[in-house]
Amino acid sequence: MINRSLSQQLDDLSKGEYSSVELTQTYLDRIENHQSLNAYVSISKDVLEKARQADQLRAAGERKPLLGIPLAHKDIFCEAGVRTTAGSKMLDNFISPYDSTVVSLLRNAGALSLGKTNMDEFAMGSSNESSYFGAVKNPWQVDRVPGGSSGGSAAAVAARLCAAATGTDTGGSIRQPAAFCGITGIKPTYGRVSRWGMIAYASSLDQAGPLATTAEDCALLLSAMAGADEKDSTSSAVQVEDYSKFLSQDLKGKKIGLCVEYMEGLDPEMSRVIEEAIEVLSKLGAEFMDISLPTSPLAIPAYYIIAPAECSANLSRYDGVRFGYRCENPENLEDLYKRSRSESFGQEVKNRIMVGAFALSAGYYDAYYKKAQQIRRLIKNDFLEAFKSVDAILGPTTPGPAFKIGANADEPQAMYLQDIYTISANLAGLPAISLPAGFIEDLPAGIQLIGNYFDEATLLNLGHQFQAQTDWHKKAPELST
Amino acid sequence: MDVTEEVVRNIAELVQLKVDDADIQQLTEGMQNILALADQMQAINTEGVEPVSNPLDASQKLRPDAVTEENQRELFQSIAPATESGLYLVPRVVE
Repeated sequence: MINRSLSQQLDDLSKGEYSSVELTQTYLDRIENHQSLNAYVSISKDVLEKARQADQLRAAGERKPLLGIPLAHKDIFCEAGVRTTAGSKMLDNFISPYDSTVVSLLRNAGALSLGKTNMDEFAMGSSNESSYFGAVKNPWQVDRVPGGSSGGSAAAVAARLCAAATGTDTGGSIRQPAAFCGITGIKPTYGRVSRWGMIAYASSLDQAGPLATTAEDCALLLSAMAGADEKDSTSSAVQVEDYSKFLSQDLKGKKIGLCVEYMEGLDPEMSRVIEEAIEVLSKLGAEFMDISLPTSPLAIPAYYIIAPAECSANLSRYDGVRFGYRCENPENLEDLYKRSRSESFGQEVKNRIMVGAFALSAGYYDAYYKKAQQIRRLIKNDFLEAFKSVDAILGPTTPGPAFKIGANADEPQAMYLQDIYTISANLAGLPAISLPAGFIEDLPAGIQLIGNYFDEATLLNLGHQFQAQTDWHKKAPELST
Repeated sequence: MDVTEEVVRNIAELVQLKVDDADIQQLTEGMQNILALADQMQAINTEGVEPVSNPLDASQKLRPDAVTEENQRELFQSIAPATESGLYLVPRVVE
């Protein structure tokens, strides 16, 4: 049952092929046997009981869209009564007093929470190495990173330790780990999914989305997760579509842009993956044309000002007073603040807080923060121009396949460049999906499709049609026990 | 932009991070790495370009000034490091 997609599992459950209890127990056993991947931070204590209840509800005729499906949640989503750490020592002891909207919507749809997945500390990272709970291993080759920051979620889905998981994406944190682990992940339009109860990193960029093996599963999950929320004033009132309805539309006449800036200087192996994907989509009727995103080379520099600036403001809440870590024997209030923060934040988090505060400080604001927000406008305008002539933009998700654990530890700039193809969509607020599309050196490679605002349906349609013709999404790593 | 030790100490003070002499070099390098990337932005002229603050260019929604939540002080304080009589405890501020 573990090689069945989430949609197939729902079908199996309704036919009585197996129960939610059996499915859940299977995953719990697998998680136990593959702890060395370090994909999970914690396991839900009551998930089997919830599975039992789901089976009873199903027997009684209850039909919820995700009834009895065990899911994993990135440990950035608050779940009432459950430890929620955001991968940080700061929140190692934090039991959330409330539910995030994402968790409660998925629960209302019938899903069960298997546990919480490992992540880069406060979602700051592209390799999962910045987690206080240690690096997650890529199930395809355990000396490789799974990507980040939603690396635990991606590794868990790839290793079949759950059929699907939630993630968040601030600069590529759903799509890059999805690509590295050979699975599907979508970052929706900014504001499509409520950020309530999702521990904040950079509030104008953060967005939640699903990771699963297929676009079909992502459509099902996103339909349950999306929507306006009074508790998040930046959530959008735009009507949520039933994304599953659009999956089977044919692609005749769909126009897909190839960004010349992304294709220049691309790794030859990644070029091959893209060429093969173009061939598949062309046969399905899609038409390709070159487009230009001239400001895209400046996306990373702008991101590494905007995201730290917002992070420095968001992380000011961690003061050792109301929740989270508190240092031992503080001498005075200032000592309490400073040591509680310094002793519990990791180095990358400190670097970003520092840079952010610097970029917002008097004398540097115009040169850094304002400049970055102006470049963001130019990036957004490039996309608006491109979407006048195309329905989606195709390119690589990452420059290459998963790198070795520790490979970029001494070269933070190399790590920051991992997100070169994903960051623009966050800056512009656009939806984007990563699809498994081949292998490079026996490691998965992903392609990315960026869509127009609130046009997740087109991305999922393209993804589903692509997956109907390819079997990259069906490949699973062989795990040693 | 060269980040000096003085700048690092000043920013650390602003963000309430304790910086030991041993940490200075690491923090300085960390900041310099990011700012070196950011300096690439100066290559482009952005005069007159309106900055983006919300990716959808949405403005802040307002709501009626009405109480919508119940007081859950006990629940919220149950996770605090130290409380007494419904108050958060911190080291004495005024002698």
